[in-house]
Amino acid sequence: MAPAGSACRGLSANAAQRPQGKNNGKRGDGMNDIWRMIGQRLLLGVLTLFIISVVIFGATELLPGDLARELLGQSATEETLAALREQLGLNDPAPLRYWNWLTGVLQGDFGVSMATQKPISELVGTRLGNTLFLALYAAALSVPLSLLLGVLAALWRNSIFDRASNALALTAISFPEFFVAYILVLWLAQTGIFPSMVRITSATTTGDLLYSAFLPALTLTLVVTAHMMRMTRAAIINLLASPYIEMARLKGMSPMRVVLRHAVPNALAPIINVVALNLAYLITGVVVVEVVFVYPGLGQLMIDAVTNRDIAVVQAIALIFAAAYVLLNLLADVLSTITNPRLMHRK
Amino acid sequence: MTNTMTPRGMTRRGMLKSGMAMTAAGLILPTGMAMAQSEPKKGGVFRIGLGHGSTTDSYDPGLWDQLYVQTFAAARVNYLIEIAADGNLAPELAESWDSTDGATWVFKIREGVSFHSGKPMTPDDVVASLNHHRGDASTSAVKPFFDPVTDIKVDGQNVVVTLNAANADFPYLMSDYHLPILPSAEGKIDPTTTDGTGGYIVESYEPGVQATMNRNPNYWKADRAHFDQIIILTILDPAARLNALMTGEVDLIDQVDPAAIALLESRGVSKILSVSGNAHYVFPMDARTAPFNDNNVRLALKYAFDRQELVDKILAGHGSVANDNPIGPANRYYFAEMEAKTYDPDKAKFHLKEAGMDTLEVTLSAANAAFSGAVDAAVLMSEKAAAAGITINVDRVPDDGYWDNVWMKKPFCASYWGGRPVEDQMFTTAYVSGAEWNESFWSNESFDKLLVAARSELDDTKRREMYQEMQRLVSFEGSTIIPMYNNYVMAVANSVSTPEKISANWNLDGFRCVERWWFA
Repeated sequence: MAPAGSACRGLSANAAQRPQGKNNGKRGDGMNDIWRMIGQRLLLGVLTLFIISVVIFGATELLPGDLARELLGQSATEETLAALREQLGLNDPAPLRYWNWLTGVLQGDFGVSMATQKPISELVGTRLGNTLFLALYAAALSVPLSLLLGVLAALWRNSIFDRASNALALTAISFPEFFVAYILVLWLAQTGIFPSMVRITSATTTGDLLYSAFLPALTLTLVVTAHMMRMTRAAIINLLASPYIEMARLKGMSPMRVVLRHAVPNALAPIINVVALNLAYLITGVVVVEVVFVYPGLGQLMIDAVTNRDIAVVQAIALIFAAAYVLLNLLADVLSTITNPRLMHRK
Repeated sequence: MTNTMTPRGMTRRGMLKSGMAMTAAGLILPTGMAMAQSEPKKGGVFRIGLGHGSTTDSYDPGLWDQLYVQTFAAARVNYLIEIAADGNLAPELAESWDSTDGATWVFKIREGVSFHSGKPMTPDDVVASLNHHRGDASTSAVKPFFDPVTDIKVDGQNVVVTLNAANADFPYLMSDYHLPILPSAEGKIDPTTTDGTGGYIVESYEPGVQATMNRNPNYWKADRAHFDQIIILTILDPAARLNALMTGEVDLIDQVDPAAIALLESRGVSKILSVSGNAHYVFPMDARTAPFNDNNVRLALKYAFDRQELVDKILAGHGSVANDNPIGPANRYYFAEMEAKTYDPDKAKFHLKEAGMDTLEVTLSAANAAFSGAVDAAVLMSEKAAAAGITINVDRVPDDGYWDNVWMKKPFCASYWGGRPVEDQMFTTAYVSGAEWNESFWSNESFDKLLVAARSELDDTKRREMYQEMQRLVSFEGSTIIPMYNNYVMAVANSVSTPEKISANWNLDGFRCVERWWFA
């Protein structure tokens, strides 16, 4: 928690320097509220994760067939199926298997993949790293781009620039991901500029990876930019009608300064929320892009595990995805509270 | 990865020029192969992109089930016996084999072969490797192979296998991809070992993603395993696979979508290898239930659709018409002269009348999990059958769980077979009464008797007659519609050379492209 705490303090110091944040004496109360909120939300998050694990376990139980059947495929005979089920412990009743799994997880042991007998932490660990890399790469491209476009579109609203960037972003988001990906492959990979697939080995350097993962990152950027950009634009335009903005204009401030200094700080809450939502999407929802660019991320592992009914792996990944949503939402709420002095310093 | 072209001695552009005429003609094997004339050369990194492979793949040979693990295995392990490109048996780790009565088989094990770890390969390793698939606790998919086996023991440099009845084809079973020879300790193999006697040593393996292997410098076969390094990648998306080949990321891909073949050929960066084998697509009918329990109904359905149309439209010509015969042209006793069935609505109506019906309505369950294009094939059949007064309702079912909920559960569905090198294996697996995978539940007394008799018949002419009679029985009285043999369609970079004859026993040259092919 230490890094999160220091980040909060850094940001609240910024907030205090703003024209609106004049009540420095009450800062401690605001931070206490935030810590209380973080504690409550983390507890609720744990409860959410528990419920999700029950739901996922139940859902995989409902799927036809089981791991033994999937491993042996069409060539399964009743005799070998029975032997394999016995070996994998699939003959225990479902509640008992869930209980065994849950007690393992509570002790920090996610267990071994039923199919490969490898520790799940090892199996999921490298994939999680790959997924986070791609998500951060795409975020590093899309967040600054959409914020910039959003602010400029708000500043020059109804101009050619506003209309063109809106139209382009909406076009990109309207195409299905795989279509955007194939178009990029056609333009940028078949012409030899970027590779059409990603290979990650122990010898791959970060530089190589940034180069070879550019197309998937660009695809994701095109898919998420419109949402963030339009939210930024809408939030700022909404504020531009407020009396205090009019006041700022009447003081003779330049439009750019009005937007950056007065409008943006107050528009941060909705922007932070939509950015967090899109970050969570980048972590959990990129299966299609992973498949097209042969990117070894968590999404493909999840699909593999579901088709093979490897429930322990499915559970572990589902928990990671759920945790990503819970934590990013929490982070968004904390940041929007900190950036809003009315919430930080309420009486 | 960027410089992999240079060790091959020829740039891709140079290759293009020299191979221009050939690629323009759209090379189809095995009719002739200009590329094959050069002598095998050593070197290069051979990158394979396969539409198979999953994170649950394992090193346990009893669980191997698809092309990725099969090819990965062919690179790092050897078998007792190899099926040569011409379909005949060739010695591998067994130098020779013999049987006087067909029931006791003696395999003489090759000396001087070592595993990658340096441990010499012994007859004890062979016995342990085979025993992995035997016994009650075995989870191997080929356990039924060993049901008739009563004893496996070491005799000097020999391994002696005793069966409870004669089987002239037993050595063929020893070539099965599930039966590699692995190092053993105390009579057991370690099913998680990466070790083997094969041409490549595993450097890294991430299931469902990639495997990297380096050439085994001490490989006992001097004329095999030509590449310095093999990389096998899982590329599940068909378009991504095509892209990888076209952009030079890989040198070989499998399962080329028939619709993309012309497109790929027009790009000129690769060539199509299309090998006709014994693989076939089937539509089994449950012979126990009405209306399929009447052979006249089954015959009516067999005459009610156009086989050539399916070959043209579903396989884009990369296959051939089958006469409801699971024994293919690459089998020894293939019955080519059998009376062919053509699309004949009148004949179909005649058989319906014989069954006492004017019209027939059946439901055909299909999913592309059975084979690529299964649903389209079912629709084509239904269109043509209408003229014979037969209504086929096509029920499109989900891919997921197809083998659990539909196959061998619904009375009429789609399925596929990879084909088997031996007639007996094919019939025993799927056509004899009560077989575990007898998907049509067909039962025919004279067929069953013939099958047992042919197994121990050592006179070749008599055997041929027996197997041809069995093929006739399956075709005209059986309960399985077999419309076509599908070719193995692969695409390779122009720099890849193959021997003149590519094996029709399984895909990718019997999985052995890794040790039989080379870079020109």
